[in-house]
Amino acid sequence: MSAAADAAPPPAAPAAPAGPNHGLRIFLLWLPLAVIADLVIWIVWGPHLPPGTMSSSAANQQFDIKVMAVLAAPVMIFVLTYFGYALIVWRQRDGDTEDGPALHGNSRVQASWITITSVIVLFLAVFGTVELKIANGAGAGEGPSPIWKPGGAPLQVQVIGQQWKFTYRYPQFGGFETTQLVLPEGQWVAFHVTSLDVIHSFWAYQLGVKADANPGVDNVAYTKPEHTGGFVVRCSELCGLWHGAMFDYGRVVSMSAFRTWAASTRVQLAAVTRILPPYATTYDPTVVPQINKAMAKAGIGGANGYYYPPQDPVQP
Amino acid sequence: MSLPVRIATLLVAFLAVVGGAVFILIHYLLGGPPVENFTAGVRPDTGAQVSVVMQEDPQNTVSTRPDWVSYFIKSPTTGAWVHTTLFTVPAGSRVNMTILGYDGCTPLRNPYWGRVTGTIGNVIRVNGKPTSLINSWSGCNVGHTFSIPALNVNVPMASPGLTATLCGTSPCTSGPHKVVTFSFMTPRHSGDYIWQCRVPCGGGFLDGFGGPMQTIGFMTGSMQVVA
Repeated sequence: MSAAADAAPPPAAPAAPAGPNHGLRIFLLWLPLAVIADLVIWIVWGPHLPPGTMSSSAANQQFDIKVMAVLAAPVMIFVLTYFGYALIVWRQRDGDTEDGPALHGNSRVQASWITITSVIVLFLAVFGTVELKIANGAGAGEGPSPIWKPGGAPLQVQVIGQQWKFTYRYPQFGGFETTQLVLPEGQWVAFHVTSLDVIHSFWAYQLGVKADANPGVDNVAYTKPEHTGGFVVRCSELCGLWHGAMFDYGRVVSMSAFRTWAASTRVQLAAVTRILPPYATTYDPTVVPQINKAMAKAGIGGANGYYYPPQDPVQP
Repeated sequence: MSLPVRIATLLVAFLAVVGGAVFILIHYLLGGPPVENFTAGVRPDTGAQVSVVMQEDPQNTVSTRPDWVSYFIKSPTTGAWVHTTLFTVPAGSRVNMTILGYDGCTPLRNPYWGRVTGTIGNVIRVNGKPTSLINSWSGCNVGHTFSIPALNVNVPMASPGLTATLCGTSPCTSGPHKVVTFSFMTPRHSGDYIWQCRVPCGGGFLDGFGGPMQTIGFMTGSMQVVA
């Protein structure tokens, strides 16, 4: 081999034509769509998201849903944009039988993806935890031992589940019991939810309140109605044959209207209030068996329906 | 396996499936208590009156569950007692109810339901005596209730006294009982209105609310309003 041949550089590979910057293209497509989607979610759709803004807790839940939707929309739009871009730009053309270009790792893309998604997930974890704990949050003012309580003296309303009707007691108004749920606007309310038989669940939809009604348990939920109007109450725990019919309607009225209603209802129901058991956070389910036993001792026959011990023969 | 055997096997399997479907259709979907019709000859929404007569018994000896408490409805056409809790009434009419309470007493789990609501005047008559509240915890005085939640109708059913020897064969035609009468107006539009008993009288069942309390034809049913 000659010296000249040794010194000659190798023939240069033909320069590949500079391709479009796909990343920039996708970004420029995604950015305006994501901004528009977030604005639509926050401004147009957000105020109509369930459960509305009838109470403090409902408004708080709506805010949480709006925040999560605003964060989720750009992610979903990015996936859809990338998907659409790939379908259009990288599709196999007619007569093209070659393999596509080899895939290579891109540390910048990978690091960006991991960083962004981690930040979003961690933010949502922190946000969700804080929102559960703060006032009006779903986890704060609810449960047998709420970790948060509103200041002042909230209106106490006991919700009593029984197959297949909710009744409501107002201990601060003489302990009357009624099938009507009436609440005052702008006043903190403490629901004390319990059951006399099976497990029910008190769901005041527009108030953003849902609490299980378990026999022997005082389940507490706080809310502050912010607007007057009607709301729906449903049982959200399958509780027997007529579970589907276990619903009614509540009302939020002005404070003065509430006081008038409570005072007149107290008088109207005075006779039945006198025969109710004294107000308690829960009611002993063995009261009826005790009465039945006393009657049985006296030789009184009857249907004798009551809480039966587990060894009792016929269980549903 | 030979061809005839395979065909026969397939045929048997096919017939078994069809037979099962027919059985489910007839026994569960189309079966059930009859509906007593109180609309014959009555124009809806005219304030006309219909009379419905029922009884509640300590047992139901004409059913496959003889130990279950049960309501019966008196047929408006034959006058016979029918084992059902389904009936039809005209819309916008006054229903005059007479219920014969043959069953013994059981306290209400919630004494609140001892209050009469939803009847005309919020009153019932027990053996002719006007009553608007019965305290079921104060003595042997309530057997069941007749309640239509959607119409806010709640009627505690008075029971025979302490020493009564209850009727033992259904439908009861004799024996100690209380006669409860009341009236209420039906809505002006059509609809199905469920009714139930609020005394936990499903003896032997968890919470007393199983068995007859959850079975149409015994202690719960439906009032169909026809416009």
